[in-house]
Amino acid sequence: MTDKRERHILITGFGGQGIVMAGDILGRAATLYDHKHATMTQNYGPEARGGACSSQVIISSEEILFPCVEEPEILVCMSQEAYTKNVKSLRPEGTLIWDTDLVRTRKSDMSFKTFHIPATRFAEQLGTKMMANIVMLGFLSAVEPLVHADALKKAVLESVPPATRDNNLRAFTNGREYGQSIIKGTVEQEQAKLQD
Amino acid sequence: MSAKEVKTGIHFINGDEACCEGALAAGCRFFAGYPITPATEVAESMSRRLPEIGGIYIQMEDEIASMAAILGASWGGVKSMTSTSGPGFSLMMENIGLGICTETPCVVCNVQRAGPSTGLPTLVAQGDMMQARWGSHGHYEIIALCPSSPQEMFDFTVRAFNLSEYYRLPVIILADETIGHMTERVVIPPEEEIEIVNRRKPAVSREEYLPYEADADGIAPMANCGDGYRIHVTGLTHDERGYPAMDAKAQEKMVTRLVDKIRNNRDKIITTKNLFLDDAEVVVVSYGISARSSMQAVQDARREGIKAGLIKLDTVWPFPEDLMRGVAAQSKAMIMAEINGGQMVLELERAACGACPVRLVSNYGGAILHPALILGSISKAAKGKL
Repeated sequence: MTDKRERHILITGFGGQGIVMAGDILGRAATLYDHKHATMTQNYGPEARGGACSSQVIISSEEILFPCVEEPEILVCMSQEAYTKNVKSLRPEGTLIWDTDLVRTRKSDMSFKTFHIPATRFAEQLGTKMMANIVMLGFLSAVEPLVHADALKKAVLESVPPATRDNNLRAFTNGREYGQSIIKGTVEQEQAKLQD
Repeated sequence: MSAKEVKTGIHFINGDEACCEGALAAGCRFFAGYPITPATEVAESMSRRLPEIGGIYIQMEDEIASMAAILGASWGGVKSMTSTSGPGFSLMMENIGLGICTETPCVVCNVQRAGPSTGLPTLVAQGDMMQARWGSHGHYEIIALCPSSPQEMFDFTVRAFNLSEYYRLPVIILADETIGHMTERVVIPPEEEIEIVNRRKPAVSREEYLPYEADADGIAPMANCGDGYRIHVTGLTHDERGYPAMDAKAQEKMVTRLVDKIRNNRDKIITTKNLFLDDAEVVVVSYGISARSSMQAVQDARREGIKAGLIKLDTVWPFPEDLMRGVAAQSKAMIMAEINGGQMVLELERAACGACPVRLVSNYGGAILHPALILGSISKAAKGKL
């Protein structure tokens, strides 16, 4: 039923990590700079922060009607709870991406394409873990190019407070370079933390 | 750099933000409200944008006061609006009636969430359709618009202001949580391309002016407070002077005009978007977010060789009953897709009047309708199984 040209991405974590902002930036890049269609919808509970949270992004060359991401082809997990809740929905040929330090995966996940990055640790090294979402977007742009990296960079700069632009750009670049080096094989991915 | 009243350009914003921009583009300069999920972003955007362009934002103590404040602002000559969700919409009912009775132009945006009561604050529903129509006491007509995208949140908010100014009544935007919170491309046209309607001003002298004396089309020109005309505004049944008139004759005259100014202009107010109606055997009727699921289902049905069609209701009130009656006479079946226990389906059944079977696809809220669910209903109807 789903149009094959539609790309379905689910970004998950807990409230306060900038999960919705990450989805917004991705959709913004696709819409405003890559001139595609994109929808971003969000799921969250009644809590102000801390509760499970997700943003669903669809990118397409055509108009998108049904905006729900039910079986994502790319799943980004920024918390254990989000991983446990959503990994079942990932398509068998899909890509699983997670924060190395925050998620323990299972051996069976190796059937997916898998990438992980200590995004929160990288962000803390730049001064604030609040930028973990931007590190993750940079990483995503390298391992799964959904939109042009320049488009994504523009969308990041437009979305963050002006005083934090330089730092966010560094966060994005660090994530992207880490992703690129893994793809090229110049850097070994850290050992994933497993549950089993 | 001075802030723009009309943010012409291409944006990636959510439906609530688009509602705010539509209001500002239409000339709204007063917002009074009380934040509530999933309409908070309308108020939040207004609180940021209105002061930038010389407008007024007031966070009120509750929704009863919010509604009262926008009625007052409108009589002060300013285009005004509020936004809310179910629990707040319930509180606004009394003063929406006051707005109807006093013929006060204003806009109320209800971003619907699941009820009854506090319900599911962050999750979608379309359960306030009949409340929008009949929620305030007494008999009246209302105008309500149902956007299906952030773009339509912008476009329909502009139109809501235009309709409210022209027909002099509170116009309701019946959005839903998914549309309010969904972020998508929104194109805001150049200011000069946006059609703006302003309330009709008195064409007679101050001595001759009667605030509720209507022109031939049933619309009374409106003098604002401070324009120098004598006005009297009351929720009591009133005569042309606006003075209370406590008898059946005055009631008949006043309510007839309140009702007829909408009923007699139905064709100008109602808009729908129709897809594949020319040869459709099974016609889905839907609105808001459900119309998008329905459109997907209708396209999927066509791919399966089923002659399916869609009527998307841009205006839910007044209900396009003439269109429905005509389509029902030519259809094998009609299906209403909506997120409630069956509200607009009652109107559809009434309009179809037995000419074809009418079926409901729905849930009680919390999730949007899946296209596969609607497709299943279309397939059954096409096979004559209902």
